[in-house]
Amino acid sequence: MCFQQKMIHSLFLINCSGDIFLEKHWKSVVSQSVCDYFFEAQEKAIDVENVPPVISTPHHYLISIYRDKIFFVSVIQTEVPPLFVIEFLHRVADTFQDYFGECSETAIKDNVVIVYELLEEMLDNGFPLATESNILKELIKPPTILRSVVNSITGSSNVGDTLPTGQLSNIPWRRAGVKYTNNEAYFDVIEEIDAIIDKSGSTVFAEIQGVIDSCIKLSGMPDLSLSFMNPRLLDDVSFHPCIRFKRWESERILSFIPPDGNFRLISYRVSSQNLVAIPVYVKHMISFKENTSSGRFDVTIGPKQNMGKTVEGVVMTVHMPKAVLNMNLTATQGSYTFDPVTKVLTWDVGKITPQKLPNLKGMVNLQSGAPKPEENPSLNIQFKIQQLAISGLKVNRLDMYGEKYKPFKGVKYITKAGKFQVRT
Amino acid sequence: MTDSKYFTTTKKGEIFELKAELNSDKKEKKKEAVKKVIASMTVGKDVSALFPDVVNCMQTDNLELKKLVYLYLMNYAKSQPDMAIMAVNTFVKDCEDPNPLIRALAVRTMGCIRVDKITEYLCEPLRKCLKDEDPYVRKTAAVCVAKLHDINAQLVEDQGFLDTLKDLISDSNPMVVANAVAALSEIAESHPSSNLLDLNPQSINKLLTALNECTEWGQIFILDCLANYMPKDDREAQSICERVTPRLSHANSAVVLSAVKVLMKFMEMLSKDLDYYGTLLKKLAPPLVTLLSAEPELQYVALRNINLIVQKRPEILKHEMKVFFVKYNDPIYVKLEKLDIMIRLASQANIAQVLAELKEYATEVDVDFVRKAVRAIGRCAIKVEQSAERCVSTLLDLIQTKVNYVVQEAIVVIKDIFRKYPNKYESVIATLCENLDSLDEPEARAAMIWIVGEYAERIDNADELLESFLEGFHDESTQVQLQLLTAIVKLFLKKPTETQELVQQVLSLATQDSDNPDLRDRGYIYWRLLSTDPVAAKEVVLAEKPLISEETDLIEPTLLDELICYIGTLASVYHKPPSAFVEGSRGVVHKSLPPRTGSVESVESPDTAPSGGPAADQPSVIPTQGDLLGDLLNLDLGPPVSGPPIATSSVQMGAVDLLGGGLDTLMGDESEGLRSDVGGSPAMGGSGSSFPAAPSTTAPTTVGAPLGSGLGDLFDLTGGVGTLSGSYVAPKTVWLPAMKAKGLEISGTFSRQVGSISMDLVLTNKALQVMSDFAIQFNRNSFGLAPAAPLQVHAPLAPNQSVEISLPLNTVGSVMKMDPLNNLQV
Repeated sequence: MCFQQKMIHSLFLINCSGDIFLEKHWKSVVSQSVCDYFFEAQEKAIDVENVPPVISTPHHYLISIYRDKIFFVSVIQTEVPPLFVIEFLHRVADTFQDYFGECSETAIKDNVVIVYELLEEMLDNGFPLATESNILKELIKPPTILRSVVNSITGSSNVGDTLPTGQLSNIPWRRAGVKYTNNEAYFDVIEEIDAIIDKSGSTVFAEIQGVIDSCIKLSGMPDLSLSFMNPRLLDDVSFHPCIRFKRWESERILSFIPPDGNFRLISYRVSSQNLVAIPVYVKHMISFKENTSSGRFDVTIGPKQNMGKTVEGVVMTVHMPKAVLNMNLTATQGSYTFDPVTKVLTWDVGKITPQKLPNLKGMVNLQSGAPKPEENPSLNIQFKIQQLAISGLKVNRLDMYGEKYKPFKGVKYITKAGKFQVRT
Repeated sequence: MTDSKYFTTTKKGEIFELKAELNSDKKEKKKEAVKKVIASMTVGKDVSALFPDVVNCMQTDNLELKKLVYLYLMNYAKSQPDMAIMAVNTFVKDCEDPNPLIRALAVRTMGCIRVDKITEYLCEPLRKCLKDEDPYVRKTAAVCVAKLHDINAQLVEDQGFLDTLKDLISDSNPMVVANAVAALSEIAESHPSSNLLDLNPQSINKLLTALNECTEWGQIFILDCLANYMPKDDREAQSICERVTPRLSHANSAVVLSAVKVLMKFMEMLSKDLDYYGTLLKKLAPPLVTLLSAEPELQYVALRNINLIVQKRPEILKHEMKVFFVKYNDPIYVKLEKLDIMIRLASQANIAQVLAELKEYATEVDVDFVRKAVRAIGRCAIKVEQSAERCVSTLLDLIQTKVNYVVQEAIVVIKDIFRKYPNKYESVIATLCENLDSLDEPEARAAMIWIVGEYAERIDNADELLESFLEGFHDESTQVQLQLLTAIVKLFLKKPTETQELVQQVLSLATQDSDNPDLRDRGYIYWRLLSTDPVAAKEVVLAEKPLISEETDLIEPTLLDELICYIGTLASVYHKPPSAFVEGSRGVVHKSLPPRTGSVESVESPDTAPSGGPAADQPSVIPTQGDLLGDLLNLDLGPPVSGPPIATSSVQMGAVDLLGGGLDTLMGDESEGLRSDVGGSPAMGGSGSSFPAAPSTTAPTTVGAPLGSGLGDLFDLTGGVGTLSGSYVAPKTVWLPAMKAKGLEISGTFSRQVGSISMDLVLTNKALQVMSDFAIQFNRNSFGLAPAAPLQVHAPLAPNQSVEISLPLNTVGSVMKMDPLNNLQV
C-alpha cells in the first residue's frame, strides 16, 4: 500500500568490481549476504547498465540505481512505491555530488563520517527528512580544505547546531538571511534533441527535452517572475516546488521565490514533430561483403537548419558488430579511435564547416570465417549549438519584487544532442 | 586529511586501542575515536564491544559528537539492552533542551532504539514533543509514534498517542500534517481493522490544502492516502481530481505517479459524457510520457505502470506511440517493456510505423530483444487484421536471414497467425518446411509439427517429415512429443491409407515406451477413439478450432482493476496483487475501483469500497495463476476422479468461459492441441445436458474439479463397506477461485450421510453483479457419480453473498473406465 514502516531498510553501496564499500541500516542490521542476489543478477546482465532495478529475493526486495560507476542498492522488506525509493536514491547521489564535487567511491570513503551523517539526516524511519541541499548544508556543512584545517585547530565541527531556518517555513527550499555583495540571477535554457533517424534520413522520432537551470545569488527574499515570448511551447512541464502553479495556469508566467544557489527551475518536453528541427544530417554507407571478411565504411556529417549558428563539439560513436576486428579509416577532419575490445568506434569531429563537410571512410576488417554481420550499427551523434534553443523558446523578461537592489540578470541558450541516433 | 584515515588501524588490538582513545580526556581525541568506530560500522565490522565506552561520550555539548554517538546507539542498542538503559537519562534531558534541533534528535533516536525498557521512558518525552511549540519537533515526534507502535502497539493505544496523532492532521504546519498522515497510514497498515484514517470530506479538505504546501515526500504520503478515500459522489470525485491535477507537473516522478493513481481511481466515478472527463484524459498523457525521459530505473517502473494504464484506458496514450520506440542504448529491461506497450498501442492507424520499427529491432544484437520483436510482429498480425499480410511477409523476410533464433521465433508466431486466419497464408508452408532442420528449440519444433499435422493434406511429404521427427521421439521434450502424437493422428485421419504404420508406431511409443502420464493418456485416448469409432475420432481430432483471441496476455479485468489501485507500488511492477507476494502481508485489504458514479450505488456497496474496513475473511481468495496451478495439482495427488463439472450460467455474465485463461495454464503450452482435440469435445466431456430453462444467452461450460479430498470416502462406498454417518468429511477446499470464473467462487467437499453421498458446495459471488440460473453437470467418471437431483439455487446470488448447497449424489451414472489421469482435465 502507500507506505510501510520498513520503507528503506538498508542501503549498500557497491562498486563495479562487486565490493560493498558502505552500508547503512535504518532499522535492524541486514546481513551483507542479501547482496548475493544482486551479484547474481549483475552476472546475468553481463553489462552493468542492464541490471534490473527491482530484484526480488526470498525475504527482501532490492531496488537499485546505477550512478557514476556505483550501485546504490536499497533493501526493502514490504510493499513500497519503487519510484519513491529510486527518486530518493538519486537524491542521495545528487547530494554526494553536491557535497564532494563528485560521487565516487574515493570521495565517499574520504568523507565517510559526513556521508553517514547525511544519510541519517535524509531518512528517518523510512520517512525522508531533509533532502533539499539548502537545508542539508545548514545542518551538515560540506567539507572544504579550509574548514577541515580550521576545525582541527579550533576543535569546531562541521555539524550545524541550529535548526535550519527554511525547514519549516512555507518555503522550505530557501534559507533566511542570504546576503551577497553582487546580486546575480542566471538562467541557462538547455535543450537536448532526442531523435531516431532511419536509414533513408527521415525522422522516425524526435523530441526536445528542455530544462532551465538557474544559478541565483540574490540577497534576502526575492520574488521573481520570469516570462516568455512564446509560452505556448511549454505544454508539458515539470516544475520545481517553488513555482506557483496557479500563476502559470492563468498567466503563463513563472512566479517563484528561488532557492539559493544552483537548481533546476523547470524541465519541459516539446514533442510535436514540426517544432523539432534536426540540425545535422548524416550520409552513410556501411556494408559488409560476403566471404571476403571485409567491409566498407563511409560517413559524412553535414549541418542542416541551424539558423545560422555553428554546430560544434560533434562526436560520433558507433558500436560495431562483434565480427569487426579492426578498422582502417581516414578522417578529413578530427580524429577517430576504434577499440577492438569493446568494438566502439569514436570519431571526434569538432566543428562543422558547411564549406568542407567532415568525412570518415575506409575499410573494415572482419574476423575471417565469421558470417557477415546481420545487424547494422546505429550511429550515435553528439553535438552542441551555442546561443540557440532549437524549439525557439525565448525568455521575455525577469522581474524581481520584494527587494530593493538591482540584480544582474543573464540568460544563456544552448542546444545539444540527447539520444540522437542514426540507423544505417 | 580525509576520513579514509579512520579505516587504517593497526591489526593488533584494534578494539583495545579504540577503547583507550574513547576514554581519553582530550575531547578531540574522543571525537576522532568515535569517528573511527563509525567508520568501522559503515563497512559492516562489529564494534558492539565498545558500547559502554561510546555511551560514556554521550554527555557532551558538541552536537557532532552527540550525533555520532546517537548513530552508534541506534545500531547496537538492541544487542546491549542493559547497557542501553545508561543512555536513557541523557535522552530525557535532551528532550528538554532549549535547542529544538537537540529535542528532535533525542526523540528521534529514542524511537529507533528497539529496547522495551527504554520504550517505557520514551512516553513522557514523546507526549511533550508531540505538543512542542516548534513544528520541527512535532513533525519528528509524529514519526516517532509510528516507530513506537511498531515496537509496542498496545502501549501507544493505552497512552492515547493515536488521538494526538489524529489531531496533528489539523496542524497549522503542512510538514507536520504530512508526517502525521504518513505515520497514521503506516499504523493503519498493520491494523487494517482499526478505523484510524477515517477520511471524511473535512479531513480530505485539510489534506488537499496541506498537499500544496508540504515537501515532495509529504505529497506522496498524502496522495497515497487520498487514493484510499471513497468520494461520496461524482461531484466530490471531480473536485478532488481538480485539486490533485497540478501535482502532475511535479519534478518528482513518485509524486506524479501517485497523482496518476488518484486520478485513475477517481476517474472511474466520473461519467464519460462529462467534459471534465475528456480534459482529464488529455492531462494524463504528458506526465506519463515525461516519466520516460528520466533515468532508466525510473523509466522501467513507469513503463510497468503504463502497461497497466494502457490496458485500462488505452485512449490516454493512443497518440503517443512514438515515445515508446526503442533506442539502441536503452537498457534491455527498458527495451522489453517498451516493446510490450508498443504492441498494446498498435492499431490500424499506426501499424505501418510499428511494423517498420519491429523489423528494425529484429536485426539488433540482443538475442532476447530480437526474439521478442519477432514475436511482437506476430502479435500485431493477430491484433490488427489489416496488417496481417504485411506481417507475414515481414516474417518471411526474417526467415530468409537464416539467423537461427529468428527463424524459430518466426515459426512459432506464424503458427499463431494460422490459428487466427485459417486458410489464408498456407502458401508460406513450403518456405517454413525448408527450415525444418535448423529448428532445435522445443517450442519451434512443436509449432512446426503442429503446422505439418494441421495441413497434412496439402503437404505431399507430410508423412516423411513427421517420420523424421519420430526417430528421436524419446529425446524430445514433452511438448514436442505431444504435438507429434497429435499431428500423426491428424495425418492418419486425413490420409489413412499410407500412414497406418506410422500411427501405430507413434501410439505404441506414447503408450508403452513412455513414462510421461500426459503423453500416455493422450495416446490411449487416441487409440481408443481410433479403434472404436473412427468417424467420431475424426469429429474430435479434426474438429473446427476456435479462433485464437486477439490478445492472449491481457491481465484479467478484476485483477487489472485491483492493480490500478496499486499504481506506483511493487505490486504494479510485478503485476500481482500484494497478497500474492508481500511477505507477512497480514490483513491486506483487497482494493477495488469505485463503481461508476451515482452516489446511491456507492453507498449501497460499501464492501467494495477501498477503505472498506476489515479484510474479508479469506484474504487471499485471488491467488495468482501460478499459485492456483500449484494448488490444483496438489489436490490431485490420489487417483483422481474426473470430477463433477458444474455448468454455471448467468444472464449478466453472458457467454462466460468459466475457466478462461486458466485452461491454458493448466494445459501447459500445448493448449491448443489439447483443447481442441480432446478437452473441448462433447464426446469426452460426457453428456451435455445443462439446466433446461437457461436463457438463450447462457453458455454452460464444463468444469472438472479435482476431488482428491473426497476420495477416501468414495472408495469406501464403492467397495461396499458402508460405514455409519458421521464419518470424516474433508474440509471444503476452493475448487474454482473467483479470479478464474469472473467472480464466482466455488468451494466444496464430499460427505456421506447414512450411505448417501452428497456434494456440499459453497457458491460465493465475488463479482459486482448478481448471478442467477445455476446449473450443474457431471462428467462421466470412474465412479459413476451423478447428481440425484438438479442443483437448486433458488434466489439469485447478490454480490458478496454466498450460498451453501448440498447436492445429493448417486452412483448410478454411467461409468467411464479410464486409466487414472495424473493431470487435471478441464
